[in-house]
Amino acid sequence: MALIETQEITKTYSLGDLELNALNNISLGIEKGEFIAIMGPSGSGKSTFMNILGCLDKPTSGRYLLEGIDVAHMNRDELASIRNKKIGFVFQGFNLLSRTSALENVELPLLYDGLPGKERSERAAAALAAVGLAGRENHHPNQLSGGQQQRVAIARSLVNNAPIIFADEPTGNLDTKSSAELMELFTKLNAESNITIILITHEADIAGYSKRIIKFRDGCVVNDETNKREQARI
Amino acid sequence: MINIPSTLKVSLRALLVNKMRSALTMLGIVIGVSAVITMLAVGTGASQRVSEQMASMGSNLIMIMPGTSTEGGVRMGAGTQSTLSVGDAEAIQKDCPAVLYVAPVHNGSAQVIYGNQNWFTSITGTTANMLLVRDWPLTEGRPFTDDEVRSVARVCLLGQTVADNLFGGINPIGQIIRIKKVPFTVIGTLAIKGQRGHDDQDDTIHVPITTAQKKLFGTAFPGMVRSIMVKAQSTEDLPAAEKQIGELLRQRHHIGQQGQEQDDDFTVRNLTETMQVAEQLMNVMTLLLGAIASISLLVGGIGIMNIMLVSVTERTREIGIRMAIGAKTRDIRLQFIIEALILSLIGGIVGIIIGMLGSKILSMLAGWNTIVSPLSILLSFSFSGMVGVFFGFYPAYKASLLDPIDALRYE
Repeated sequence: MALIETQEITKTYSLGDLELNALNNISLGIEKGEFIAIMGPSGSGKSTFMNILGCLDKPTSGRYLLEGIDVAHMNRDELASIRNKKIGFVFQGFNLLSRTSALENVELPLLYDGLPGKERSERAAAALAAVGLAGRENHHPNQLSGGQQQRVAIARSLVNNAPIIFADEPTGNLDTKSSAELMELFTKLNAESNITIILITHEADIAGYSKRIIKFRDGCVVNDETNKREQARI
Repeated sequence: MINIPSTLKVSLRALLVNKMRSALTMLGIVIGVSAVITMLAVGTGASQRVSEQMASMGSNLIMIMPGTSTEGGVRMGAGTQSTLSVGDAEAIQKDCPAVLYVAPVHNGSAQVIYGNQNWFTSITGTTANMLLVRDWPLTEGRPFTDDEVRSVARVCLLGQTVADNLFGGINPIGQIIRIKKVPFTVIGTLAIKGQRGHDDQDDTIHVPITTAQKKLFGTAFPGMVRSIMVKAQSTEDLPAAEKQIGELLRQRHHIGQQGQEQDDDFTVRNLTETMQVAEQLMNVMTLLLGAIASISLLVGGIGIMNIMLVSVTERTREIGIRMAIGAKTRDIRLQFIIEALILSLIGGIVGIIIGMLGSKILSMLAGWNTIVSPLSILLSFSFSGMVGVFFGFYPAYKASLLDPIDALRYE
């Protein structure tokens, strides 16, 4: 059974009289442990696709099976629960809560999972240590560099042991050095913890860290192939 | 699972970020609650004063006054006709089952002398029953005996004001005072009753009714009294007692017999009923004051709603992040309701303190009797909590229904 399977997913936005097809019959399968880069120009539908895979949005038609379960008919709270337990998000703009310490940011998913306070802080501290931020638990986002902030976001996506991480242009706001460090972290998480990583990027060298590259154009998948460079590196 | 302590912490932090705004929002509730507390304190104080007066007067009281006399077409006012007698009082005691005690009264005012002190006061000629009718205990000494009343004894009971003015620190029991030059032996002192309206109830001397009739004030006919005080068996018996007294006196005074149309030559006044009406009036006033004050509490609640709506808009992105990582509808809703609740409850507590201070200041400056009852504190505290939940609900509901994607993209 595939970890993620989409069957002819379509997403249509209606803007007044105009019908805009963001996604056209996308059928894809993603196995556990894959490291996928989704590429494509702006408006190609890659973000829409990821929002649907991330259970933030619902397809207009088609089926989306996550671990074999159709999530298309779930209500808001059921989707929230799936996001909480199965999915971690890393955004371009970091999306950390300001005026909240790194530790408390990482604790949030556990808070919504209803864990007691002591276990929350222990697991959050462990997650921060795993991304190399031990000792920065009490720093607020504005006291951290962009790369560190993004690693807090990764710790937050790891803390609930989610099997999948979605990263929407995670390096978009980072310099080259921080980008490289971040991609090394993703690679390590993928290799050591067998976490499925799906990231959106414009940049070919960022995509180069992945094992499989899916290219979108005008709401369709135009290319889906194994990353030869990555294979060569192995 | 909802984690209340953590949500509380999150809400508190959000409020602390905008200290000034939170404080101003609270101000509306503070003013509302303190207004409710103060107004209720004023109202409760007023109705308590009425109740105290009622208690000091004695309960279940009925007063019988002689009727109006008419001289050449001029009506002279209540009590001007001399129609009541000691015999009437005795008959009422004997024949009216709804009546507990009866005390006839023959009163007047006189100069009273003790040694080199003198004092002008009211003299009440009555029987020992008066103390029972008015629930009036003695601090010292003993009441009149029936023998003393029968034998026109020159004994008296002093009210506290009279005792203070004539005797200062000396124990008055056994001393001789002169009322209208007639010597009286003081046999007891009356307990303090306090003010009733503008009258000092303690500025009085009780003497046997026979003595008042024969030695002090005289009578138009033997046994005449100026009024009769009656205590009914119970509050429920008051109307029955009134009716029985009316019927008995009409019969004794030969009124309305043989088909004659004739006005009563006496009036029966239910004093307790009058006071109860006043008490009810005070309660209505308290309620009214409270209702007016709670309007400002309502306005404060609308202020909370306004700020919460602004807060939700400002924090759309935060809400989006929380939703993306698994916050359910109720988690978001709870967070904002708790914020509103904190605002209103802290505002409520501060308002209660200010309201209590305000009532104290009012009673000091204006001399009003104010009472902050625990009930009014509980009431306004829970009311402010309800305001928080009620006015916090819509903003919280709005926040919880945001689309996570739109919320995440919100700048």
